[in-house]
Amino acid sequence: MPGDIPTTLLAELTHRCPLHCPYCSNPLDLIRAESELTTNDWKRVFTQARSLGVLQLGLSGGEPLLRKDLEELAAHARSEGLYSTLVTSGLGLTRARAERLKEGGLEHVQISIQDSDPQVAERIAGVRSVRHKQAAAAIVRELGFAFTINVVLHRANLDRIGAIIDLAADLGADRIELANTQYYGWGLLNRAALMPTREQVERSREVAERAIQQYRGRMQITYVLPDYYEAYPKACYGGWGKLYLVITPTGMALPCHGATGITTLQFDDVRSHSLEWIWQESHAFQAFRGDSWMKEPCRSCPRKALDFGGCRCQAFALTGDAANTDPVCTLTPLRRIVDDALMEPSEQLQDYSYRHPDTSPV
Amino acid sequence: MTTTPDSRLLTLDSIPKLWRMTRLQFDPVRQRPVLLYPEGSVLLNDTGAAILELCNGSHSVGQIVNILSERYGSDVSADVTEYLQLMAERELIRAG
Repeated sequence: MPGDIPTTLLAELTHRCPLHCPYCSNPLDLIRAESELTTNDWKRVFTQARSLGVLQLGLSGGEPLLRKDLEELAAHARSEGLYSTLVTSGLGLTRARAERLKEGGLEHVQISIQDSDPQVAERIAGVRSVRHKQAAAAIVRELGFAFTINVVLHRANLDRIGAIIDLAADLGADRIELANTQYYGWGLLNRAALMPTREQVERSREVAERAIQQYRGRMQITYVLPDYYEAYPKACYGGWGKLYLVITPTGMALPCHGATGITTLQFDDVRSHSLEWIWQESHAFQAFRGDSWMKEPCRSCPRKALDFGGCRCQAFALTGDAANTDPVCTLTPLRRIVDDALMEPSEQLQDYSYRHPDTSPV
Repeated sequence: MTTTPDSRLLTLDSIPKLWRMTRLQFDPVRQRPVLLYPEGSVLLNDTGAAILELCNGSHSVGQIVNILSERYGSDVSADVTEYLQLMAERELIRAG
């Protein structure tokens, strides 16, 4: 079998981050700086990724600008022929660093914003950040990077989706990605405080659809609805081990950034194995490839070719068995788990558990 | 609400240009040309790449049709305009 060729590598260069967002999808036990991969480790991984067929590289985190070698890594990625996106909070993006990144061939910068309302934005981020983000956006725009604003939506900001889209346009974004929060890591811990109501979701969908028309030709808008309110699960990156891989700060290779939550799987390390071996041979990447692992109702369901049974990480997080149907799917009795979560009592904003190693509950 | 001219609609006089954020390159792994853009890629065949290489802001759709019809020795106008329209709808090329 010739096998699948991956298109995208997400490099989580560090878990360190100046922000403390309560929906962070990083694991609860954040990795500290001492154990991160070295510059040469990452360069080797990028070279191996290109040889394996990867075209798109996400330089992510945590906050990737906290890596002093970011410029060197971005330049190496470009020399290998990868198309790179810097996924940043914007904090620490000085003009000098942005210029060096541009010279090295970085093409695309994605800056997160938390809300159009500065006070709420800073309450979510847990730190003063709005002015830094505005300054970073101006630099990105001036230097001519492709520029995306990304926003995680949840109960406290979903009603301002229209103002958030307008803010992205004012900041000069070419694209805005609006995604409702997913419940992994810190997000699952804070689920009751983050979950929007059905009415909020419906209203936001209408506002987003109007904005897509309004901004056509000027700014691309993608809007990802919350899967808990959908009838069928999301097709995670085209299926497990199909197109996508993630490398954690310590070098663990994952088929999905939430996969460390699946504690029944062991993931291999890019310091001990080549990326090619991990992609093609390792147990973790083969565990849910294809459909032979599926149970009913997935096994005999025609939708299995569309959504591959949904998200393995969500199946494990909510049912304890990663081979179960994603409980978002209304064709499984497990759906009651998601329906119960939708009934969870609302809690106040101050009930967030903020993402920070020193407040980690584990 | 303001409306801007829809850059996704092409005529024979339009001058299509690849979106500035795209990069056209050959992928030695897949042995074919690819068009890369923020967080996405399109795998191309040689004809697709030949069309997109001419989307550099110096040729109209009509001129691209003529150049490629001559190169391939047959009338490729339907294929070329359909392909360009598809890429314009995906906003990977913009009409000038």
